[in-house]
Amino acid sequence: MSTATSTPVTPSGRLARPAGVRRASAVTAVAVLVVALLVAAVASVLLGARWIGPTSLLDPTSPTHEIAAVRLDRTLLGLAVGGALGLVGALMQGLTRNPLADPGVLGVNAGASLAMVVAISVMGVSDMRAYVWWAFAGAAIALVLVHAIASVGRDGATPVKVAIAGAALTAAVTSWVSGLLLVDRKTVESFRLWQVGTVAGRGDEVLLIGLPFLLVGAVLGLACARTLNALALGDDLARGLGRHVVRDRLVVGVATVLLAGSAVALAGPIAFVGLIVPHGVRALVGPDYRLVLPLSLGFGAVLVVAADTVGRLVLPPGEVQVGIMSAVVGVPVFLHLVRRGRIGAL
Amino acid sequence: MVALLSALLVTVFLVRITLGDFVVTLPDVVRIVTGTEIPGASYILMESKLPRAVLGVLVGLAFGVGGAIFQTTLRNPLASPDVVGVSVGASTAAVFTIVVLDQRGVALAAAAVLGAVGVAVGVRLLVGAHAGTRLVLVGVALSAGLYSAVQYLFTRADEWDTQIVLQWLIGSLNRVDWPTIQVLSLLLLVVVPVLVVLSRSARASELGDDAAAGLGVPPRRADLLLLVAVLLVGVGVAAAGPISFVAFLAGPIARSLNGGRTTLLGAGLVGAIIVVAADHVAAYAVPDVNFPVGVVTGAVGAPFLLWLLATGRTSRRS
Repeated sequence: MSTATSTPVTPSGRLARPAGVRRASAVTAVAVLVVALLVAAVASVLLGARWIGPTSLLDPTSPTHEIAAVRLDRTLLGLAVGGALGLVGALMQGLTRNPLADPGVLGVNAGASLAMVVAISVMGVSDMRAYVWWAFAGAAIALVLVHAIASVGRDGATPVKVAIAGAALTAAVTSWVSGLLLVDRKTVESFRLWQVGTVAGRGDEVLLIGLPFLLVGAVLGLACARTLNALALGDDLARGLGRHVVRDRLVVGVATVLLAGSAVALAGPIAFVGLIVPHGVRALVGPDYRLVLPLSLGFGAVLVVAADTVGRLVLPPGEVQVGIMSAVVGVPVFLHLVRRGRIGAL
Repeated sequence: MVALLSALLVTVFLVRITLGDFVVTLPDVVRIVTGTEIPGASYILMESKLPRAVLGVLVGLAFGVGGAIFQTTLRNPLASPDVVGVSVGASTAAVFTIVVLDQRGVALAAAAVLGAVGVAVGVRLLVGAHAGTRLVLVGVALSAGLYSAVQYLFTRADEWDTQIVLQWLIGSLNRVDWPTIQVLSLLLLVVVPVLVVLSRSARASELGDDAAAGLGVPPRRADLLLLVAVLLVGVGVAAAGPISFVAFLAGPIARSLNGGRTTLLGAGLVGAIIVVAADHVAAYAVPDVNFPVGVVTGAVGAPFLLWLLATGRTSRRS
């Protein structure tokens, strides 16, 4: 039943009803997104271990003002990181024409994590301003490495090989990170929650440092919509349409590295958001990247903030971190994509 | 082949128990084991070196044999229990038992085995009879999900005991004791005869279900063999955690040493050699730091998996 990857213009005779008819229009999708963003953001500030009234955020004398301020911080961080993850998922899926692409699945998160752990525990970097660059370097190396390894061999970089290469890289990096952390026991405690992926307790300075990189990445990424539409036709056709395929891929790659690297530096490795969101968006509005990219950004933000809020509510008084909630939702989606047996279809 | 591997295992074993920060000479080892008390050396040998080496051999055998059964029966070198999520399943169940139920000992081992069986059955239900790439992808996804479940359980744990965490996430021999070894060796003694009977069908089932059926091997036999492998891996994880990539590596290495044919004994010996040697490296590579053995096997094993992918060896038999 999925119409996610079929073209809007169906050749006559193949299907009685063109797939485009049943799709929501762009206007509807944007309206849904705006409502969802508002609901998720408001709920994220008001709900939690202690429910607070809407006035406590504005009124500095309110006894719950502190709680509201902390919740506002993590909501903003969630919006920023979620937007980055949703967009980066769509970019990677477009860049590699691989429906399983996601910074977590392909090992990009792992690369950024390793680089940060090296920066902090070996090089003694302690300032977020400095180690965010390490996260970019790690993300870039992982992205190139996974695709290079997967594309050697006769059949090239099939989705399956890329996904397995990403899993193997993640496994290797996990071992090395654990090894480094064991040598330097001081760092273990600060990595404990970061390693799981969380937007809680990070403070607002972290967001301010990461924001410029996220904005540059987002602008760069959103500008790639036409590029990705052309690349979706295949390299040869894209070249025929006058695109510089190598340069285009490089631009998309830079945007990917900026977005994924900052997201990891801000909130730790969060997998599966980048996988789920673009598929949902495509099911809603079709495969045109001019819509898919901005909507993926928006719904990624909604998903992460909603996951954070739900994670606060499901098992009180404890919290389930965003990274875990996204795995809970993401694994069934991944399994569905694999079982549908159409993993060659982007 | 087997003689060569056995000799190598004995060598590695002796190196593991004699050399290191504190050298115990071979004559001293013999004297201590036969009952003489040597101050210092006795304690180090009997409480650290020897149990770690023995557990390493047993766990390595279990993982090596279990992995080789998976790879040969499913005819896919990527389909080893640690890649398809069986090891992480055992680990998740074990951590749940420790953190939430606050149980140790037999309950812990039983939980690990149940977790391994549960994941294996789940994967089987999800992929049906497809043993190819779909199996591997489903396993990768399940592993990722279970891995975050383990991480969540640890954020809930009262204290952040790094040793326990690392044992259950990547596998370690550091927390060894003699009772664990006794239980593990008893279980292996039960499983091995069953395996000898079943494994006569292994070579036939490697040819494919149809060919195997043609040669008179009932298809159920393959499922039973896989169940034994799952039990082996579950028991191994219960004893030392999911030491990464041992189950994955042992089969292909034994196969290439043996001119292209996998024997379960060969894979078991290779697994044991890997674990004992990696544990020696883990213990003494960096002064004053006792790495868990899984760090070494993971750091070496994952690149090997990437190399297998790069050279296209995985598609040959899948």
